[in-house]
Amino acid sequence: MTVLQLSDITVRHDGPHGPVTAVDGVSLEIPAGTTVGLVGESGSGKSSLVRAIVGLAPVHGGRILLDGREAGGHTVRARRRLGRRVQVVFQDPDTALNPRMTVRRTLEEAATAFHRLDRRTRAERVARLLDLVGLDPQLAGRLPSRLSGGQRQRVAIARALAVGPDLLIADEITSALDVSVQASVLNTIRELQRQLGLSILFIGHNLPAVCYVSDVVAVMYRGRIVESAPTDALLRAPQHPYTRTLLAAVPGLPATSPPPGSTPLSVDTANSAPLHAGCRFSALCPDGPGRHPERTVCTERDPQQGAADRPHRAACHFPSGTVEPDEPEDGLS
Amino acid sequence: MNPVRLPVKPPRSPMTWIALAMLASLLLLAVAGPLVGGAAADRPDLSAVLQGPSAAHPFGTDNLGRDLLARVLTAARLSLLLAFAATLLSATAGILLGASTAVVGGRARRWLGALINLLLAFPALLVAVFLAVVFGAGATGALFALAVAGIPGFARLSQTLAAGVANTDYLAAARVLGLRRHRLIRRHVLPNIAEPLLLSTTMAAGTALVALSGLSFLGLGVQPPAYDWGQLLNQGLDRIYAQPVPALAPGLAVLYAALTFQLLGEVLAGGVARRGPALRARREAPAEGRPATGDQVLQIEDLTVELPTPDGVIRPVRGVSLTLRGGEIVGLVGESGSGKSLTALAIADLLPEQARVTRRTHRLLGADLTTMTAKERHHHLATALAMIFQSPASALNPSLRVGTQLTEAVRAHRGASRAEAAEQAAGALRRVALSPTLLRSRPHQLSGGQRQRVMIASGLMVRPGLIIADEPTTALDVTVQRQITDLLSGIRQDSPTAVLFISHDLALVAGLCERVLVMYAGTVVESLPTDRLATATRHPYARALVESVPALTADRDRPLRTVEGSPPDPLTPPAGCPFQPRCAHRRDRCATDTPSLTELDPGHRVACWHPLPLPVQAATS
Repeated sequence: MTVLQLSDITVRHDGPHGPVTAVDGVSLEIPAGTTVGLVGESGSGKSSLVRAIVGLAPVHGGRILLDGREAGGHTVRARRRLGRRVQVVFQDPDTALNPRMTVRRTLEEAATAFHRLDRRTRAERVARLLDLVGLDPQLAGRLPSRLSGGQRQRVAIARALAVGPDLLIADEITSALDVSVQASVLNTIRELQRQLGLSILFIGHNLPAVCYVSDVVAVMYRGRIVESAPTDALLRAPQHPYTRTLLAAVPGLPATSPPPGSTPLSVDTANSAPLHAGCRFSALCPDGPGRHPERTVCTERDPQQGAADRPHRAACHFPSGTVEPDEPEDGLS
Repeated sequence: MNPVRLPVKPPRSPMTWIALAMLASLLLLAVAGPLVGGAAADRPDLSAVLQGPSAAHPFGTDNLGRDLLARVLTAARLSLLLAFAATLLSATAGILLGASTAVVGGRARRWLGALINLLLAFPALLVAVFLAVVFGAGATGALFALAVAGIPGFARLSQTLAAGVANTDYLAAARVLGLRRHRLIRRHVLPNIAEPLLLSTTMAAGTALVALSGLSFLGLGVQPPAYDWGQLLNQGLDRIYAQPVPALAPGLAVLYAALTFQLLGEVLAGGVARRGPALRARREAPAEGRPATGDQVLQIEDLTVELPTPDGVIRPVRGVSLTLRGGEIVGLVGESGSGKSLTALAIADLLPEQARVTRRTHRLLGADLTTMTAKERHHHLATALAMIFQSPASALNPSLRVGTQLTEAVRAHRGASRAEAAEQAAGALRRVALSPTLLRSRPHQLSGGQRQRVMIASGLMVRPGLIIADEPTTALDVTVQRQITDLLSGIRQDSPTAVLFISHDLALVAGLCERVLVMYAGTVVESLPTDRLATATRHPYARALVESVPALTADRDRPLRTVEGSPPDPLTPPAGCPFQPRCAHRRDRCATDTPSLTELDPGHRVACWHPLPLPVQAATS
């Protein structure tokens, strides 16, 4: 069963030089009870996608289906409908909580957003929520300024869980935390997923952290998903050169040196590379036309076509460094 | 890097007391004025018409022989009440209008913004005069005219303030919760913008008082037989050349009240500013000096930093010793609050003045900094050390071209000609793998990684002996991070510059550095070669820290290692070992005696009474 299904989502923003397409035709499925990880670097469109899903940013194309039914829209009413099922935890522990509201009031507000609760049930609910995210119930009377970053992020998770959602979206929730605190938040997320059978969309740029909590990982690059596969398969046999570049750049304990052919050509051109009909990574691709001039297909044909038939749905004409272009069965155009 | 927070206890200045006393006197006047002066103010005395000041009538009398002192006192209540009411009305309407921009959709926000802009285009006083005519002369008309005229100002201010709240995650979370707009405004927007609004409302009350008096003076405000200060001023003005006091008295009253509100606003604003963002020391140090490989570049012993806070003096760095040799790259890792950034700032002498730094030795490129005067020290640091910070965006001046910023230092310190400097800058850019054509670009045209490389190039321009990089890649993507770290390790390979690399990312440090110092609560708890980091840490905290890093190969069915509890409160550091309250291996001695760094193996030192044994199978995941 699928909880959330995104098909062909496009999100545009107004930029200084006209509209910018932040998310370009993204399709993604989050089956019930699984954690899907979404990795990508800054500017890849991860956060725009999240904001579009929960109705904080307008969607310019595509459909958002919750259990097969159309969801989305950014009116208050549509958001209320969606809010019962989908909740988000954002990145910044400093602004995650209203500085003027105690933990208790924050959680009560969320718990009573959709249900009327009497005083006793409310108190019980707050205590249970704090327990769920591994916080001492005595913290309920505190203001956010008297909590540590990790504690604030846990309160934010508790707030999201307060409405009893089916899907939790975690948008870079550990990026601003220390490693030992990140570890405990990651453990909490994993525990919650198991205890509550939640579906989780876990977004981040830290590949090891995302892989640690996710069953399936999707890799996003310049507004598109270039590869998605079960975590083990993705780590064992990455298909897209960009995924391999990302994996190679992960600093490791003990130190690893990047395998040859995984260093992108030059970052200077990354933001200025024109968006031609072909692959967006082609200008930087260690396996692309920069190293193999005969691979003109990379700049001419959109690798998104036929991606569904390739291993890991890789949006690449030469997945896993194959020599022959991967001809889609239905041909061109 | 952690901002260096130095909260200072707000002193109650004499200004505060003066403002409060003036406010109290005004309130007293508004309450008691009509009671004291009421009878005399309305009693006509045809025997004493239009008199000047005398013992019986200190301010003189008006054309019906009424005592002007009594009238000025009595008028206080109406004048102040009208000013308050007008301010309150315009503040309420304006703030609601402005704050609602934070919770409505994009299109409505644009329309509201345009409306506020449009309204702001008309001068408030002109609008007030115009509306007072439209509403009809009289106290009520003037009140509403002034209230309406004040709305755009409040709306703009609260729109700007609310925009700050609109970008926060808690507001986004509240919207995802589906809260209604009025609740968003009431609970999430207003409480967080209340402070600055309060003080601008206070100041606006003063302005409203002056404006209302102005309207009454023009005959558009309060109408006889009622009177306020503006009208008294109007009546006194006819004979100001003969008898100045009857006109001056109400004028002075207006001035005093307006001054009170302004002063009160200033005091409030001062109080808010004192609690505002903490200062952050930041200075760039261009540098010179070439050590030979293996020479000692930096030696600092027993470094302690004390910072005053409102609750007492804290010691965020306690007895840190550090030695770097030429060509060496050393990692300093620790979590936020461990004192690693303050250590770096202390080495570079960049701490704010309130900080008290003590150290036994502080030698940089052979020179002893402890014996130098402040001026000599600054000069030596400026030519021997370069510092690279976390945020390249704020470290570069956005309005200057890259070339200008790169050449500034050499031209100032070395007197290099423009052409020479440009040549060197091009060379420096090439060393950080950037095209020299970037010299002509401005910082905003560069990506984050490019900016950080420009920062490194700028540090390299004067060939420093030591580069301190404080979390230089934290704001960057992993692929870009890799390039920056490759660059730093390359620099140190082709010149004997030493690099102190500060980071919270153990994995990153492990891949880059030769030696690592692990900091906890202001002390170095372990110092070891990086090849031992993954497998052979002996301090319980360092071991836990290493094991809490998720690796790509981590077993996803096993929870990650965490450290129970939280770092000690800097105000009340625990006795004995700083890690002792959280340590699973603590024994009696740990709570009483502080362990010092002791050598276990060559190059491996640990500050622990009971170092952990080496794991049997030398592998962690």
